[in-house]
Amino acid sequence: MFSSLAIALCGGLLIGLAASLLLVVNGRIAGISGIISGALWRRGTDLFGWQFYFLAGLLLSGLLLAEPLKAWLAIEPVVLSERGIAAPTLLLSALLVGLGCSLGNGCTSGHGICGIGRLSPRSIAATLVFMLVGVIAAVLLN
Amino acid sequence: MRNLFALLSGLLFGAGLLLSGLADPAKVLAFLDISGVVNGHWDPSLMLVMGGALGVYLPVFLLWVKPRMARNQGPVLDSQYHLPSKTRIDGPLIVGAALFGLGWGMLGICPGPAVVNLASLDPMALAFMATMVLGAYLGRLISRMIARRLPGPVEA
Repeated sequence: MFSSLAIALCGGLLIGLAASLLLVVNGRIAGISGIISGALWRRGTDLFGWQFYFLAGLLLSGLLLAEPLKAWLAIEPVVLSERGIAAPTLLLSALLVGLGCSLGNGCTSGHGICGIGRLSPRSIAATLVFMLVGVIAAVLLN
Repeated sequence: MRNLFALLSGLLFGAGLLLSGLADPAKVLAFLDISGVVNGHWDPSLMLVMGGALGVYLPVFLLWVKPRMARNQGPVLDSQYHLPSKTRIDGPLIVGAALFGLGWGMLGICPGPAVVNLASLDPMALAFMATMVLGAYLGRLISRMIARRLPGPVEA
């Protein structure tokens, strides 16, 4: 129990460090949903903006760390097909996640970390709402 | 150079998601499902993820970024900080957050882990990502409809 808590804390510190780096060096918010939208629908001149590089880094972490995490910490890579999730549930969940983040201008990272981390009342309100609804959904559906 | 730091930030962020367990939907659900408090199956570790992340981000913002902004200094590699300009707690924010919470509570997957788990090249992970992007596109269309109806400046 203690080790899993310590590992979770290290993961959290790393997320905070990554988001801080992006803010301090590039002046950007590490909100994943916003970065995905920015990568896909940004009105800019250059084809591959910084958003592509951030997302490439995220993807790369999954590729590079799968083996070491498994070997050192017994953290298995997540394969959704092996979780017995019904296809309609998967698609509905994905649609709601995309739609909700887009309407609400952010997700767990953008509102929950970068927004609260700037003490933004808007983000604090959004985080309270999605945590509350997330808890209700998880309790009722499990 | 900016792109290199964006790549590095993404890499560290993904490492944090994997290490913290946020990339594992089962772990996220074990946290969100607070009925586990009663039967002893509740996993509180994700509180430390948010606590740890805020423990770094909040002081960095308050002690470094905010004073620099007050002196009209930008970030290290840009002339200005690109921070959200919206401040109002409005209907779309609350409805959007609620819909996101519902989708997140169903499976335990939010956008960051959705990208990180694409690395498995699993068809269901790809389907999740594609459908999430479709949802985000629908959200954009709805936001634009709302923006057209409401008077006053609305940012894109």
